[in-house]
Amino acid sequence: MPTRSSADLIVIGAGVVGAACAYYAARSGISVTVIDRGAVAGGTTGAGEGNLLVSDKEPGPELELALLSVRLWRELSDLLPPRIEYEAKGGLVVASDEASMAALRGFAARQERAGVKAEQATVDQLRDLEPHLAPDLAGGFHYPQDAQVQPALAAAHLLRAAGGQGSGGVRLRLGEEVIGVLTGANGEVRGVRTASGDVRAPYIVNAAGSWGGELARLAGVGLPVLPRRGFVLVTEPLPRVVRRKVYAADYVADVASGSAALQTSAVVEGTPSGPVLIGASRERVGFDRTLSVEALRRLAAQATRLFPVLAGVRAMRTYAGFRPYLPDHLPAIGPDPRVPGLLHACGHEGAGIGLAPATGLIVARVLSGGQLPLDIEPFRPHRFDAAG
Amino acid sequence: MARDRTPAGLVGAAPEAPFEITFDRRTLTALPGQTIAAALWSAGVLAWRTTRRDGRPSGVFCGIGQCYDCLATINDLPNRRACLVPARPGDVITTQEGHGHAELSV
Repeated sequence: MPTRSSADLIVIGAGVVGAACAYYAARSGISVTVIDRGAVAGGTTGAGEGNLLVSDKEPGPELELALLSVRLWRELSDLLPPRIEYEAKGGLVVASDEASMAALRGFAARQERAGVKAEQATVDQLRDLEPHLAPDLAGGFHYPQDAQVQPALAAAHLLRAAGGQGSGGVRLRLGEEVIGVLTGANGEVRGVRTASGDVRAPYIVNAAGSWGGELARLAGVGLPVLPRRGFVLVTEPLPRVVRRKVYAADYVADVASGSAALQTSAVVEGTPSGPVLIGASRERVGFDRTLSVEALRRLAAQATRLFPVLAGVRAMRTYAGFRPYLPDHLPAIGPDPRVPGLLHACGHEGAGIGLAPATGLIVARVLSGGQLPLDIEPFRPHRFDAAG
Repeated sequence: MARDRTPAGLVGAAPEAPFEITFDRRTLTALPGQTIAAALWSAGVLAWRTTRRDGRPSGVFCGIGQCYDCLATINDLPNRRACLVPARPGDVITTQEGHGHAELSV
C-alpha cells in the first residue's frame, strides 16, 4: 500500500546543497522532507574535495555567492561538530613565471575591489607559507578566506542539525527515487511521486546536483545541467606537508573554460586525517566513470612539480565525480516561473560545497518571504529559455 | 603438540634453505615464499607499527591485504603491507611510527 505524507517543502537531493536548503528552511520554521535515491552525499557531494574557495573566482555573481558562503561556513563551523573537518587554512595560488605572476596580480587586484582578501607573496614568503613548495616559482598570492570541509561529513551533520531545536522538522527519505512531480490544475507543484508513494508539498527544491537536469525534465522544464568529470588522487597518510590549498594560477583559466577536452591543473591540499588530495581534472565525457590514467598521470606530474616531495610518496587511491555545470558556469538558484512551487538549487559545478550555505539561505528566504542576501537575478533557472 | 603445527608442516612442504632478515636490528630467519608478516609471526613478533593517533601497537588483522593494519617500514619504505610483501634475503624491517613519514614534517 503506497504511503502518503506531507511537508511544507520537499528537497530532492541529500548532498551538501540539499542539506543546506533543508537546514536554513527548517530553521525558519518550515517542515522539510529530504528525498534522495541514494545515500546522504552519495552523488555529487561525496565525490568532491570540500573546497570553500573565493580565490578562483572572478568578480561577479558567483564571487558574491562565495563571499557570503565563506562567512556562513564560518558560522556553521561553530554550530556543527569538529568532525566536519572545517579548516580556515587559506589558499595559496602560485605562478611559475613572471608573466603568470603579472596576470595573477591583475586578477587579485580586481578581486580585492570585490571584497576578497589577497596578499601577494614573494618567493621567500612562499617558502615560509609552504616549506615544501618547489624553489623555482615566481611568486604567488595568499587568500586567507579560502577554507575546507570534509564534504560528506559536512552534508550529514548539516542534515542532523537541520532537525535540531527550533526547527520546522526534517524527515529523510533515502534510497527513494523521485519518479514524477505532482502538479495541480494550474500546473502548480503539489508534491512528488516515488516508488513507495506520493509525498505532498506545495514547494519542491531541485538539489539533484549533476542530475538536476533530469529532475527538471520530470517537472516539465528544461535546465541544461551537464556533468563534467573530475578525478582526485589520494596519497598515503602524511604529516602536514601541505598546509594550505595550493594550486597553480592556470587553475583559474581551466575553471572558466567551456572546453570539452581534458584539462588538469593540480590543486593540492592536506587533510586532518593525513592523506594529501590532488585534484582537479575536468573533462566532458557524460556520466562515464571509466578511470582515466592520462588524467591521473597529469595530476601527479603537476602536483609533484608544485611539491617535489610528493614524488617520494605513494598514491593510495583515486575517486571520480561529476561536477554539474550550466553553460554560463553559474548555478541555478531560486524559483522557476515556469512551474509555480518549483525551485532550483543546482549546477554549482566544482564549487557546490563552498556555495551550499548561501544557496540554502537564498532558498529559505525565498520560501519565508525574507530579504534576499544578494541579487539572485543572474542565477534565474529559466535564463536558458529563449524568453528567459 | 598443537603449537608445533605449522602450515609448512601440515602440507608436508620441503622449503628451500632459510635466509636472514632483520627486524629492528634483530636477525630473524625467514623461509622462501613467506611474507614479511609470516616471517615476523614465526619469530613471535606480533606488532611492528604504532597507530597514528594513539600510538597503539598494531600488526596483522586481516592478513589478506585489505585492512592496512600490518603496515611496516620495509627497506626504508613506510606503509608497506607486511602481509603481502614476500620476504627476501637481507630485508630490513623497522617498526613504523605512525604515518612513517616523520622526515617530511614541517
